[in-house]
Amino acid sequence: MSDVLIVGAGQAGMQIAVSLRDNGFEGRIELVGEEPHGPYQRPPLSKAFLHGSADIETLELRAPSFYVDNKIVMVPDEKVVSIDLSGERGLAVTDTGREIHFDKLALATGSTPRRLPIEGADLDGVLYLRGIADAVELKNRWDAAASVVVIGGGFIGLEVAAGARMDGKQVTVLEAADRLIARAVSPETSEFYRAAHERRGTSVRLSAKISRIVGDGTKVTGVELDGGEVVPADIVMVGIGVIARGELAEQLGLETVNGAIVVNEFAETSDPRVIAAGDAVLLPHPLGGDAQVRLESVQNAVDQAKTAAKTLAGVREPYRAVPWFWSDQADLKLQIGGLSTGYDQTVVRGTPDDESFSVLYYRDGRLIAIDSVNAVSDYMAVRKALGSGSTIPAELAHNLETPLKTLVVDS
Amino acid sequence: MPKVTYIQPDGAEITLDARDGDSVMETAVKNGVRGIVAECGGACACATCHVFVDEAFAATVGEPGDLEDDMLDGAASDRQPTSRLSCQIKMSADLDGLVVRIAPEQV
Repeated sequence: MSDVLIVGAGQAGMQIAVSLRDNGFEGRIELVGEEPHGPYQRPPLSKAFLHGSADIETLELRAPSFYVDNKIVMVPDEKVVSIDLSGERGLAVTDTGREIHFDKLALATGSTPRRLPIEGADLDGVLYLRGIADAVELKNRWDAAASVVVIGGGFIGLEVAAGARMDGKQVTVLEAADRLIARAVSPETSEFYRAAHERRGTSVRLSAKISRIVGDGTKVTGVELDGGEVVPADIVMVGIGVIARGELAEQLGLETVNGAIVVNEFAETSDPRVIAAGDAVLLPHPLGGDAQVRLESVQNAVDQAKTAAKTLAGVREPYRAVPWFWSDQADLKLQIGGLSTGYDQTVVRGTPDDESFSVLYYRDGRLIAIDSVNAVSDYMAVRKALGSGSTIPAELAHNLETPLKTLVVDS
Repeated sequence: MPKVTYIQPDGAEITLDARDGDSVMETAVKNGVRGIVAECGGACACATCHVFVDEAFAATVGEPGDLEDDMLDGAASDRQPTSRLSCQIKMSADLDGLVVRIAPEQV
């Protein structure tokens, strides 16, 4: 029998605990999280929660009784501040001074929003969105805000922008790059989102250079661009990416890259006594190959955690999964299957201006990913194809007359 | 509280009290019912909470919406006439006693 300590009670941390029990692990499991809540869903925070159609209880990933029934010791509101692996058993110390002894360690420490390093960023009303506390703060100011400036045209920012427009606010998105969501999607998809948000009344400013955030001494009033123009704002929502939380890993001397914890296909870190999963890790591409990737998604948190739990339970099974992701912005449902990193060809299926289309990504003639907007059948067909190692010929994929699922062939 | 019964592919059954307004998926996941994966948490984005609704309740539960319909076409287990994504079925007094069978494959 051995005892497992899981640091981080987000989606990945919880899944490690659940999957340990699913794999017949009978030792003690302690799951420690620094937030005052048990594990909950983050995706609705920028959508349903903000608009009042999901409360905190709805967001819970498991009922409190689940942890009791499964003998998972769930400790919220406590932060592990140091870990020592030099003894026969590991020893962690929390911010309350409590000591936790364990045999095996799982790090699911997640990520934290990248902060804006400019003048005025500490003004009241400059907000980030990661956890329930952030979402509550945003929600408390929401109704009174007539104008919202979103800094960063990525998924979080665009989801908040779409919601703000639906609630009738004046919305401006400021993006430093020359297109939206540039890190994750092709220029075709980026351009679609620019146009679609503009059609809904949001002002999208690309290649925006921000000089500072301005306020009345305490509260934010606007964002000043290079050249002096000030975009008025009652709320400034900053969504410029996240940073992996690798502090504990670094303290343990584990291999990290920019804070991200390096793991192998079994979710083992450079010290085989320690496994890691979720937003905080840098992992081998889950469909094979040499690339190392970071995947900030629910899918990866869940599936990689399952692999990690198996490793801890003594079942060696490499992580293989088709990465997938979604983003709901107004009535636009984006679904991404596969990873487009390294693509050399795209095929657009459908007409973006109709607000129902897909972009298929190819590398060396082989299908590697899809972005679908309100085109669920395309997305499902590609996800299935990638899962079975199949492909869809690029020269046929654009033809809307033929359902994609009928074009799937072995590669 | 309305009751909902889940039948596993191997025949095992569990009956739970649902919170009014919670979905059939949420009720299952929060209580650790195996086989309902629901990675997207109810956004109708993943098709991993596929169930077959018992015939007796099929009419009351109703047909899937367009989006759900397309998702079901691509679900891991082949769809059946009463297939639904359980995240899209909200529990209410009308559905008290609902019985669903969990699709054998979800991912």
